[in-house]
Amino acid sequence: MTKVCTTALVILMAGPAQSDDRRSGFEFMGPTTQSMQTDDMANPGMLAVLAGERLWNEPAGLSEQSCQTCHGDPEGEMRGVAARYPAFDEVAGTAVDISGRVNLCRTRHQRADPLPHENADLLALVTLIGLQSRGLPIQPDPDPRLTEWRARGEAYYETRVGQLNLSCAQCHDENAGGHLGGAPIPEAHPTGYPIYRLEWQAMGSLQRRLRGCFTGVRSEPWPYGSDGYIALEAYLMQRAAGMTMETPAVRP
Amino acid sequence: MWGKVALAAAVLTASGAVAQGLPDPLTDTPGDPTRGRAVVVDRQLGLCLLCHTGPFPEVPFHGDLAPDLTGVGTRLSPAEMRLRLVDSRAVNAESIMPPYHSLDGLTRVAALWEGKTILDAQQVEDVVAFLTTLTEEPE
Ligand code: HEC
Ligand code: HEC
Ligand code: HEC
Repeated sequence: MTKVCTTALVILMAGPAQSDDRRSGFEFMGPTTQSMQTDDMANPGMLAVLAGERLWNEPAGLSEQSCQTCHGDPEGEMRGVAARYPAFDEVAGTAVDISGRVNLCRTRHQRADPLPHENADLLALVTLIGLQSRGLPIQPDPDPRLTEWRARGEAYYETRVGQLNLSCAQCHDENAGGHLGGAPIPEAHPTGYPIYRLEWQAMGSLQRRLRGCFTGVRSEPWPYGSDGYIALEAYLMQRAAGMTMETPAVRP
Repeated sequence: MWGKVALAAAVLTASGAVAQGLPDPLTDTPGDPTRGRAVVVDRQLGLCLLCHTGPFPEVPFHGDLAPDLTGVGTRLSPAEMRLRLVDSRAVNAESIMPPYHSLDGLTRVAALWEGKTILDAQQVEDVVAFLTTLTEEPE
């Protein structure tokens, strides 16, 4: 009885609207970087959105159809999609993230070549789709076929790898809020992807970010597009369920 | 070979025995504290200040994930330091401090580092020799 009351009190005292204490990478940034993200005129990610809008309307491949032809304006059908991915694709028989999904539309519906990972056009389209979820809570797809992917992602998250022998959890759960050299360690919530990263001077996907963390512990990153990333993405999105999407985020 | 020694120490620890250390130097050449200091402050080589603070005013960004190295020379014996460097898991299985001179249980190491320890035996001795000189009291 007493215990329940104490817990309730702690939650009340923890802050206003927040029902838990998970924190987006946004909250670990300095005010300058924060306002670069929140001001659409200053956010370089909005340039990717503009490029994405142009591409959305451009016919591609043998079909000579554009995204617009089948999906209409991005503000319609694409609302909330990025907050729900990765999802399971029936025909491919596998889980895909938004980049993978866009490439399926290119190959399957437009009969065009897939765009390579981190290609500027692909990032632009994915950023445009991500923007349609900005401000919405992350709501992972309930499809039971994803359960196994999330479990695999969680296992990767907990496993020590590389010459430095560290797991994601050791940094992002046990030492979040601490500093690795000068860098604050965030909680690894994938709320803002694709991001504009100051260190890259460019837009990049969550997969690129994850590769950076693998390289940091001197582990061999999987090739882009590997199932391992999709599994990790699926787990990270589940772990961040209910948190607010902020694509396109800016990160140091 | 030295992995074996670290393992033996780990087994001792697990069974509750004391002597958490590697008393024998890894090499015949005595450690050089000047070279050891250079290893400690080097971001690519020692990586120590990614996690530790310490008396290194010339290094701009220290981490805050690990104990301050100030005065560690009075807290730990060379044998204890050597063991922590060779494989900190022998002291704390959950340690985030990387195993500097052990390949034990490592997985998915990048090709560039595969089969190599972070520091070689002489570098470990140099670092131990340097840490031993850190005898000033923390402020
Ligand atoms: C040695 C500690 C360490 C390990 C291990 C590590 N990371 Fe990170 N990670 C960081 C740091 C530090 C940053 C922030 C980088 C920056 O700001 O430059 C980061 C950033 C991230 C971000 C970006 C969060 C955001 O706000 O956009 C994600 C996602 C992430 N890591 C996931 C992972 C995953 C998944 C793993 C395991 C495969 C992992 N990390 C392993 C230290 C680590
Ligand atoms: C010829 C019609 C067609 C074109 C052109 C097309 N798509 Fe699709 N798209 C579909 C269909 C149909 C689906 C449903 C899944 C499936 O059957 O492949 C879909 C699904 C999607 C989804 C997943 C939506 C969800 O709710 O899960 C996204 C995102 C998407 N398309 C993006 C794009 C983008 C970006 C383009 C342009 C590069 C594009 N599509 C071009 C037909 C098309
Ligand atoms: C990834 C973080 C990390 C790195 C890099 C690291 N350490 Fe540590 N170290 C720790 C932690 C955490 C502890 C506390 C004990 C434990 O958890 O194992 C520790 C403990 C120690 C201790 C024992 C301190 C005491 O007062 O008991 C010494 C000595 C030490 N480290 C030296 C070094 C040296 C020298 C280097 C570089 C060659 C280094 N460490 C690199 C995280 C790190």
